[in-house]
Amino acid sequence: MEEQLRGFMKERFGDALIAEEDFRGDESYVIKPEMLFEICRAFLDDETLNVRFLSDITAIDWLGHDRERNGRFEVVYNLYSLPHSYRFFLKVRLPADNPTVASLVDLWPGANWMEREVFDLFGINFEGHPELTKILTPDELEGHPLRKDFPLTYEQPQFNWNKDDPPEVIR
Amino acid sequence: MTEQKTVTINMGPQHPSTHGVLRVILELDGERVVSAKPVVGYLHTGIEKTMESKLYYKALPCTDRMDYLSPMSNNLGYCLAVEKLMDIDVPEKVKWARVILAELTRIKSHLVWLGTHSIDLGAMSMLLYTFRDRESIIDVYEACGGQRMMTSYIRIGGLAHDLPIDFEKKVRKACRQVRNGLADYENLLVNNEIFINRTKNVGIISAEDAVAWSLSGPMLRGSGVKHDLRKANPYSGYENFDFDIAYGTNGDAYDRFKLRLEEIRQSLRIIEQGLDGMPEGAYRAHVPGVVLPPKEDVLYKMESMIFHFKIITEGFKAPVGTVYQGIESPKGELGFMITGDGTNMPRRIRVRPPSFINLASLPKLVEGCLFSDVVCAIGTIDIVLGEVDR
Repeated sequence: MEEQLRGFMKERFGDALIAEEDFRGDESYVIKPEMLFEICRAFLDDETLNVRFLSDITAIDWLGHDRERNGRFEVVYNLYSLPHSYRFFLKVRLPADNPTVASLVDLWPGANWMEREVFDLFGINFEGHPELTKILTPDELEGHPLRKDFPLTYEQPQFNWNKDDPPEVIR
Repeated sequence: MTEQKTVTINMGPQHPSTHGVLRVILELDGERVVSAKPVVGYLHTGIEKTMESKLYYKALPCTDRMDYLSPMSNNLGYCLAVEKLMDIDVPEKVKWARVILAELTRIKSHLVWLGTHSIDLGAMSMLLYTFRDRESIIDVYEACGGQRMMTSYIRIGGLAHDLPIDFEKKVRKACRQVRNGLADYENLLVNNEIFINRTKNVGIISAEDAVAWSLSGPMLRGSGVKHDLRKANPYSGYENFDFDIAYGTNGDAYDRFKLRLEEIRQSLRIIEQGLDGMPEGAYRAHVPGVVLPPKEDVLYKMESMIFHFKIITEGFKAPVGTVYQGIESPKGELGFMITGDGTNMPRRIRVRPPSFINLASLPKLVEGCLFSDVVCAIGTIDIVLGEVDR
């Protein structure tokens, strides 16, 4: 399966492939954001690979790390092939200002809430999402909590304390 | 005068059948549900953010508090992910003990589900029986970790302490009790006409839809997809155990009920194999600087003392990279994605919450159902709001 997938990616989407990572047996492909939708649709159509299960969508904020040069945000798509029992990852790197990537809700209805969560906690926009609104945090909360520049201890909305303190970043 | 066709009503967040603080906005046409919109987030405490601000060791207790009905499974998932990131191999005895504990946790979680789900549907006495049997499993927890619910017993590289002396006796007693209890549950529910009428052909989802909605665990297997991470990608030595994947065919609430009963039976099989074949050995891996040395050594050996101090105060530095470890928790695929960035704190810890992703399919499950079936559909997903909102 591993070889098959590598061949598939190189043959059909060779120019969309930026890098290939293998860390502790977890295979991941870094691809161009604009090609994400095409690649995922190709997975759904391909009978031999049979990658039909979108396990998870999440993001990583690389603020202040060497890897920030490649793009501050990394959105990770966790894909799984049920008949082959094989898991791999697609990653797209997005810039710090206005990070936007195509939504996969048209391919997988289950992507709806996962993308809303990433939008809520990281502020990454998913183009074409039917209802991109907050899901976990209160409506009054400004900012995106899982970004590294979001303060850890500042309470917002202010329920009971730090009413007058300025927000500060504590890591 | 305009004619109003549908009525919008609000269910929850404080509603006993929503198992916590789930709110559902329902649009009804008479008794039929036109659309349902779950609203979550009332219990959001930012557990992922909290874990990212702690050392790898100190983030562990946060995992208990997500899915508080199955603490050991969460511990196991997190520890396996960190062990994968740090490339640690744990002793055989630890693997076997972890499997036994994880399976006990599965039984415990399913018992709570069974009790609350049947109370939702009117079988009031079930909760007493399931909680009676759950008590014996909690006794095992208490003997191991010293706590009844938030055990944090499974640690990075091993266990918190060695297994208690009467571990086998206690586990066998729990198994016996659950096995006897199973007969009671089946007598009360399997052929119960009210229960069948309330659950048959309710909350149906087809196999294709279940995959498209990213469902996992009993929700996926109930629709006939034979997928279980314990078989597909074995972890913690599950390949040594002999058990069958329980699965349904119709994908309705009744199938999922029978499937979970069968899973309890399979878990008992695994536990008994585990007890019979439990190897001897250390209860923690020996990896200086990463895994805490055993407490006995800390008191008498200087090196252990130094390592203990260093690990507690400054932790260990993880390499730059991302690992993912998924386990089959009672609710479904519980995954931990941990990204190290070369420092002693994780850059990112992502929990793939099975309840959250399964709950997203609720609008699909209740489409066109009767209003009273919504309660059944919420129950059959088996959600824990602590994990949905994190």
